[in-house]
Amino acid sequence: MSAPILKIQGLVKRFGGLVAVNDMGFSVAQGEIVGLLGPNGSGKTTVLNLVSGALKPNQGSIRLHGTELIGLPPNRIARQGVARTFQLVRVLGSMNALENVKAGLAFGTQPLAGRAADRGAAVLLERVGMADFAQIGAADLTYINQKRLELARALALRPQLLLLDEWLAGLNPSELVDGIALLKSLREEGVTMILVEHVMDAIRSLCDRCVVMNAGRKIADAPPLQALAEPEVVRAYLGDDDA
Amino acid sequence: MKLIRFLPGALGVGLLAICAAIPFIGSGYAMSMAISLLMFTSLATAWAMFSGPTNYISLATVAFFGIGAYTAAVLSETVSWPLVLVVAVLVSLVVSLIVGLATLRLRGVYFVIFTFGLSELLRQLVTWYETNQAGSLGRYLFLDITQAQILWQLVALTVLVYIVGWCVQRSRLGLALRMIGADETVAIHSGVNTTFAKMAAFSISAMLMALAGAIVAPRWTYIDPTIAFNSVLSFQVLIMALLGGAARLHGPVLGAVPLVLLFEYLSANFPNYFSVLLGLTFMAIVYVIPNGVAGLLAALAKRLGRRAATAVATGGPV
Repeated sequence: MSAPILKIQGLVKRFGGLVAVNDMGFSVAQGEIVGLLGPNGSGKTTVLNLVSGALKPNQGSIRLHGTELIGLPPNRIARQGVARTFQLVRVLGSMNALENVKAGLAFGTQPLAGRAADRGAAVLLERVGMADFAQIGAADLTYINQKRLELARALALRPQLLLLDEWLAGLNPSELVDGIALLKSLREEGVTMILVEHVMDAIRSLCDRCVVMNAGRKIADAPPLQALAEPEVVRAYLGDDDA
Repeated sequence: MKLIRFLPGALGVGLLAICAAIPFIGSGYAMSMAISLLMFTSLATAWAMFSGPTNYISLATVAFFGIGAYTAAVLSETVSWPLVLVVAVLVSLVVSLIVGLATLRLRGVYFVIFTFGLSELLRQLVTWYETNQAGSLGRYLFLDITQAQILWQLVALTVLVYIVGWCVQRSRLGLALRMIGADETVAIHSGVNTTFAKMAAFSISAMLMALAGAIVAPRWTYIDPTIAFNSVLSFQVLIMALLGGAARLHGPVLGAVPLVLLFEYLSANFPNYFSVLLGLTFMAIVYVIPNGVAGLLAALAKRLGRRAATAVATGGPV
């Protein structure tokens, strides 16, 4: 395995008396897809928010290619090459699909403007299967298309690391098949990703490794099948035998 | 279609040329109307430069307008006029940066209230300074600036406002501002330095407002803080921009022209009920045309375009 692109160590985040993330640490290698799992409220989204800079941790270190991200504002972290989508889909509703992607291109790691941005945005829309929706207002798109658009906007940053927060949640079964296929194609292109996900099919077919959290702590870090079979993970999801 | 694209620009240049010619062809009344029209057009367009794309509704218009007016009142007898304008711009730049740093972290109604409070605070500060330090509340402006010269300066300012607005709109800053207005969280996670973008736009808009204040000040001959920092102006500018449509560069003028005429009519005919009628107008505008006149026109153009397209497609009469 190559050197880690992202290395998280001793990460702690407290909200008042609640310790949402407690001494978390894991790393992500180039081209790897890591699933971040855990029961509701275990701190998965908080970890993503800490990596993307939306929240500041109380302790710990998050390094991207050796550069400390903690303390940087979210816009600087984005420019370092960390792109994200949101648990509740967020598109720029007053703009059309093409403009949404151009917005991502304009301020990313390799900013594009003008004609080059038009071309780049069209390519990305095509990439997520939305070539026909370029001129449609983002607010008028269907749910799956908004999710696709959000992914295209994140890819527009040309990220080193893509953070997807329940990107597959809320899709119907046929959309789910399309969604997983899309993520798989990104995986084949070598995009490094952290997925917060509850959809087990997706986890099994996409992830190289799973980090499982419970109550803010890491309880497993192994390939998917192995991680899901660990007794502590089973206990976290299903409870004790004698419970 | 091409004609429609150039129509607003051509119309604007024509109207400005007529305004500039009024001292030679029109009456004193026409001149005073033209001054009002140009002042409000430039103020509303400058307001929309920041508040239009970002949806940060600012009521600080009169704060910067007043700074401009007071700079003119304080300095006009000691330094040359161009220098007065430069100082007005610089003072408003400094104030807008300080205010921006303090307030642009606020969102929604908190931002609105803070900007309103700022205007009141400045009024009180100037009042305090004038009574306790300068010794008299009001100031007289005795300047060799004629109404015609005020008008021409306003024509130049309006041109400047449109050029700046056009440049901002087409720049990365313009895109950043629209992203902030659509979803500030997405903007910041897409690499936009939102604080910088908001500060830049707020300051640019503030400097233009201060210029308007300084240019118009000699018209009064006497000013005091209640005249220069009259908060009604902030509301008037706001409602003009909203009526016209703050999302487009040519929007605010479409609100400024009818409302300046309306204000003139109301204050001439119903001076006692002016505020009440003003309030009713505000409510009517927000209810009936939330996207402004420019939004209505765009929707109309779209519908006409679609009808023409279907007519062509079906071979029917256009």
